Amino acid sequence: MWRVRRFEERVATLKRTLQVYGLIHLSIGGEGVAAGVCRQLRDDDVIYSGHRAHGHAIAKGVPLGPLMAELMGRVDGCCKGLGGSMHLVDREHGLMGATGVVGGNLPLALGDAVAARLGGSDRVTAVFFGDGAVQAGHFHESVNLAALWELPLIFVCENNGFAEFTPRSAHTVVERVSDVVAPYGFERRTVDGGDVEAVWEAFGAFLAAARGGGGPMLLECLTHRRRGHYEGDAEAYRDELDEGAWKARDPVARLERRAIEQRWCSEHDAALLAEEATAAVERAVEFARASPYPDPALSAELVYA
Amino acid sequence: MIEATFVQAINATLARAMLADERVIVLGEDVAEGGPYGATAGLVEDFGADRVRNTPISEGAVCGVAIGAAQAGLHPVVEIMFIDFVTLALDQLANQAAKAHFMSGGQLTVPLVLRTQGGAGQRGGAQHSQSLEAWLTHVPGLKVVMPSSAADAAGLLQSAIEDPNPVVFVEHKSLYFRREQLDGEPAEPVPLGEARTLRSGSDLTIIATSLQVHDALRAAEWLEEDGIEAEVIDPRTLVPLDVDTLAESVARTGRAVVAHEAVAAGGFGAEIAALIQEAAFDSLEAPIQRVGAPFTPVPVSPPLEDAYRPGPEQIHAAALSAIEWDKPAEVSFARRGVGVR
Repeated sequence: MWRVRRFEERVATLKRTLQVYGLIHLSIGGEGVAAGVCRQLRDDDVIYSGHRAHGHAIAKGVPLGPLMAELMGRVDGCCKGLGGSMHLVDREHGLMGATGVVGGNLPLALGDAVAARLGGSDRVTAVFFGDGAVQAGHFHESVNLAALWELPLIFVCENNGFAEFTPRSAHTVVERVSDVVAPYGFERRTVDGGDVEAVWEAFGAFLAAARGGGGPMLLECLTHRRRGHYEGDAEAYRDELDEGAWKARDPVARLERRAIEQRWCSEHDAALLAEEATAAVERAVEFARASPYPDPALSAELVYA
Repeated sequence: MIEATFVQAINATLARAMLADERVIVLGEDVAEGGPYGATAGLVEDFGADRVRNTPISEGAVCGVAIGAAQAGLHPVVEIMFIDFVTLALDQLANQAAKAHFMSGGQLTVPLVLRTQGGAGQRGGAQHSQSLEAWLTHVPGLKVVMPSSAADAAGLLQSAIEDPNPVVFVEHKSLYFRREQLDGEPAEPVPLGEARTLRSGSDLTIIATSLQVHDALRAAEWLEEDGIEAEVIDPRTLVPLDVDTLAESVARTGRAVVAHEAVAAGGFGAEIAALIQEAAFDSLEAPIQRVGAPFTPVPVSPPLEDAYRPGPEQIHAAALSAIEWDKPAEVSFARRGVGVR
C-alpha cells in the first residue's frame, strides 16, 4: 500500500512538471481495495481495471519501473509506451487490461471468465469499476449475463461517491451499488474500503467460493477519493476533508496504526516500509527516465498482430 | 459438384472450424436456435451449449464477452444479427477490440470474428437494411470482409477465424439463399486482402462489393452487347484492401466504376476512388464513377426501396458515362439511360 501511495504521490508531482502524459487519475484513498483484492490473487487470476488503475497494477505485481516508464511514454513501459496511464496491461501478471471507457471493461472480464470456465481452470477473474460505471448499460448487461452463466467472476466496485465531478445522488436514486444487483440473486457485500482488513476478509471469502466454482459476486467498497477526478481537476464541486477526517479514513494510515497497536510490526519497521516504498519509486523514475521514447515506426507495427 | 447456398457455406465452415479447433466458439442472439437465416443451425447439437452460446439481446456486452474470451485465448465467432445493431457494440469493437493489440504494446491479441449481415432488398426498413461497413473500415485495428459468393464466404470465413486480429465479416441478407455450384470439398482458405477478378476486359474496370458484384456482372453483359469489354473485380476484403490488383486493372483500362450498396456519400467507394487515382492517375481517361445509394435512410415501401437500391442499371449507366467522357460523339448505346434514376 505504501508503494501505491508513494508511486501516485510521485506521479502527481511528475504530472505538474509534465513528465508523465495523458489524463492521470489517482487512487489515493483507495489503496485498501487494490491491496485487499489483488494481493490474494495468483498471477494466472485475471483482473480488468478502469481509468484509475495504478494501484491495481502495482498490487497485482506489475513492476514499478515499467509502470512508471509507461506513464512517461517510454519504450520500456509495460505497453512499450503505447498504452499510458488509462490503458495498462501486463499479461504476465494477469492485468489483462485497463480501459479509459467507463464500464467498457466489464464485458471483457466476463469473456475472460467464460474462457477460464471452458478451459477447466480454477482461476478467477475480478473486475474493478467505479460507482459511475453502474449507470452505464454495459454494467446491467454484464451483471445479467454473469448471473445467467454463473461465471467465476467477482465484480469489485470502488464507490467513492463521485462519478467524475458529480455526487452519486445526482445520478441515481439507488445509494448502494450492492442493492442494484440484488434481483440477480448473487452474493453481494458492502464494506468500508478504507479498512483493508475488511476488504481482505470479504474478498477472500468470495475468492474461495469462486475458486470452488461459485460466482458471480459483487463486492462494494466505500472509499474516499482524496484527489480530484483527474490531476488538474479544480474540484470546485466539493470541499476538501480536513486533516483529522482524512486521517480517520486514510487506508494506509489506518492499517499502519492497527499494525503498530496490534504489534504486527514496530513503529520503526512501519516507517521503514514507507521509506523503502519511496526509494523504490525513485528507482522507478530513474528507470523510466533512462528509457528512450519509442521509435515512431512502432505505431504502424502494432496496429495488427 | 454440389449445389449449396451462401448460408449453407457459412454454416459448414463454422462447423468445420469448431471441429478442427476447440478454441472456436459461437455466440450471439438465437445462435443455438440457428439464427433467423440458419447460419448456425445444428451447431449446438454437435458442439454443445458451452461452445454455442445463446445470449440475451445485449449486443454491447456480448461483443465484449467475445473480445475478453479472445484475449484469453479462445477464437470466438460472435454474431450480431443485423449490422444495424452493431451500433450497440461499437464501443467494444472500436475502443476495445481494435486497440487492444496496439495499446498493450503487442501483449494482447483479439482473434475474433464478428459475423453480421446487412443490405436492403427484404423490405426490412430503415433499421434492418443498412450497409454500414464504411464506419468499420475507418477504425485501425479492425479487418473488414465482404464476400459475394458462397465459395468466397467459406474460404474467407476460414481465414477470418484463423486470423489473430478482430475481423468484421459482413454478409448480405439477399445473398443467403442464392444457389451456387461448389466442388463439395472443404473450401481452401481465401487469404484476406486478395481481390478476385471475375471477368476480364480491356475497356473499363468495375469494382463492386457484396451483392453489387452480381449486379456488376449483369451490367458487364449489357456492356458487352454495347461492344464494351468490362473487367469486374470484387475486392472481397475492404481492410486490408488489395490496391495493387485494382490499380493494375485501372492502369490497363483507364476507366473505373466503383459500386456498392451503401450510401455513396462517405462510402468506401470514395476511398477506393481516391486510392486508384493516386496509384493510376496518369492512366485515367475519365473521372472515376461511383455508384451507391442516395443520401436517405432505406425506405420500407417496395417501390421506394427498389428505387433506393443501386442495381445493374446504375452500374451500366455509370460505365457509359466513363466511356463517353472523352468520346461522346462516337457512341450511341441502345441501353443508355435505361433505369437511370
